[in-house]
Amino acid sequence: MKHKAMSAAIVAGAVATAVAGLSATAPAHAQAKEKCYGVSLKGQNDCKAGAGTTCAGTSTVDYQGNAWTLVPKGTCVSMDLPDGRHGSLTELDRDLPEA
Amino acid sequence: MSVQPSRPDRTDATVPARAGAGLKAEHVEEILTSSADIGFFEVHAENYMGAGGKPHRQLEAIRDVYPLSLHGVGLSIGGEQPLDKDHLQRLAALNKRYEPGLFSEHLAWSTHDTTYYNDLLPVPYDKATLDRVCEHIEEVQDVVGRKMLLENPSTYVAFEQSTMSEIDFLKEITRRTGCGLLLDVNNVYVSCTNHERSAETYLSEFPIGDVGEIHLGGHAPDVDDAGRPLLIDAHDREVDDAVWPLYEMIVSQTGPLPTLIEWDNEVPVWSVLLAEAQAAERILHRASATGLQRAV
Amino acid sequence: MDLPEFPPKVGVGDFGEALWNPEAATPPGLIGPDGLTAPKRFNVYRNNVIVSLCDALEQTFPALQNLLGEDYFKALARAFVVQHPPKSPVLIWYGSDFPDFIEAFPPLASYPYLADVARVEWAWVQAYHAADVAPLDPAALGSVDPNVLGSIRFEKHPAAALIMSSWPVWDLARANRFEPDEEIRVDLDRSQSVLIARPEFDVELLQLRPGGDVFLNALLSGATLGEAAALAEGQVAEFSLSDCLSDCLSIGVFTDLVTA
Repeated sequence: MKHKAMSAAIVAGAVATAVAGLSATAPAHAQAKEKCYGVSLKGQNDCKAGAGTTCAGTSTVDYQGNAWTLVPKGTCVSMDLPDGRHGSLTELDRDLPEA
Repeated sequence: MSVQPSRPDRTDATVPARAGAGLKAEHVEEILTSSADIGFFEVHAENYMGAGGKPHRQLEAIRDVYPLSLHGVGLSIGGEQPLDKDHLQRLAALNKRYEPGLFSEHLAWSTHDTTYYNDLLPVPYDKATLDRVCEHIEEVQDVVGRKMLLENPSTYVAFEQSTMSEIDFLKEITRRTGCGLLLDVNNVYVSCTNHERSAETYLSEFPIGDVGEIHLGGHAPDVDDAGRPLLIDAHDREVDDAVWPLYEMIVSQTGPLPTLIEWDNEVPVWSVLLAEAQAAERILHRASATGLQRAV
Repeated sequence: MDLPEFPPKVGVGDFGEALWNPEAATPPGLIGPDGLTAPKRFNVYRNNVIVSLCDALEQTFPALQNLLGEDYFKALARAFVVQHPPKSPVLIWYGSDFPDFIEAFPPLASYPYLADVARVEWAWVQAYHAADVAPLDPAALGSVDPNVLGSIRFEKHPAAALIMSSWPVWDLARANRFEPDEEIRVDLDRSQSVLIARPEFDVELLQLRPGGDVFLNALLSGATLGEAAALAEGQVAEFSLSDCLSDCLSIGVFTDLVTA
């Protein structure tokens, strides 16, 4: 199948602009190396017993939450909804746009 | 066993008979900038099984300065099925890349069929399990190309079907496979309390000549169905007051051994973890002094 | 005649089955010091498995946790863990199907933006652990014959990911995770696409400019530079090839270029 393509001259011009712009800002990346010991993720694998085991370890507390009956209580509820309401807890009613 | 050429700027691989700490990402910067005086670091192998990025960059930096112990937490050596070959290869690759002075795994299972349970689950101490565990350890040592240490578990239940003691089980494993042992003194205290046995007796029977490393960590107290004490291996606090004397008892017999402080939950600031390691190191010094007296 | 086995043998299959199901009885043969079956002791293992896996998800999807609140997230994670337990001991790879699970989870049907936020977070973690590969040096484009520039293709960097969304995922992800201190007003009528990449060791997020998602999606699907640009221009009037290409090159979306 033959795809439509942008003209060579326009592509070449845009590429030249992009490359020129980038080479002007290139040194910024040298600094990134300095940050490498900064913010980092904790490891996922541990050989500890589950977190908060002191009380939860031997109770069934952690099995009781049921996502079918609970209601989200995070920032989901404080968002601006499409019809202009603010902050009220209402589930979103907007249909997904056609893909 | 093939010897990998070391990176020229890398410190010697041998883990000294000093105290070390479990490496936590949030401590790396402080450790490196303060040139922390500590014997070694231990990492959980599975946390370094990604292809690249910051975890490896940090570990390279640590490894250049400190000896390393590589501690697997997910191989499921006690499982009923063959070991995961891909996982074994990943362990071998990490051993090759980082040249850790020590390499250990657990007497436990965590995988069945295709499911990974992410806990160190207990095994019955019977002949069938013994045969399987020994086969698995031989395979590990074969593929990774080095001797491994096997860690004694913290357990909360016992198996009625067990036909031998944990000590006899471990002794037979070392005899058959030539592997060493990682003696987790906190696990000894936790399991002995949970099963109403004497930790002192357990340790007096432990094959201390095979111990290549010691673990210390904190546990959380709870109670079981009948109100009996039930200790949980939570690694969320200081080493318990009851565990230090057991540790001292062991190292006064073995002499100084690499000793790791494990703190995986509610991880404290680096200075607190370092102080725990220093407490262990004071005991190691006393042990080496005792050892010298004995030698005289 | 077969007598029942005594003492009862507990295989790892029995153990594992009972771990997964909180209603299941403790397998007989797992005992406390009095020789009796010990349900509370067995529950320690149950709890460890469930809680530690929920923790792993929490660590990978913190924005989602903020959006849903701690209790809801925990309940959702638990539902997921039981239905989709990990298949690998390497937990940095656990949770790939969490976004799809959320999308199909009936109680969250009226929060349709959550799955895309989860997709951003999943891509972020995978980028964090991706292989270390040097991104394409933009200067390499300068040495290509201008007449054939339109027919070059790019190879994707292992850390790079494009999340195309009908929802304001860029603002949702920033407000709930990456820029928690900024005052970000999330307008659910907006659509945003997010580009994730790791030029060196820090994962970077970038909101793509208009048409940038169409353009990059085409490039990542194997289109040539000229085809991708034409496609984006045809669909989005404000598309600027130089700006969008510059965005991609600046955060290291490609490793190499292939001339026809």
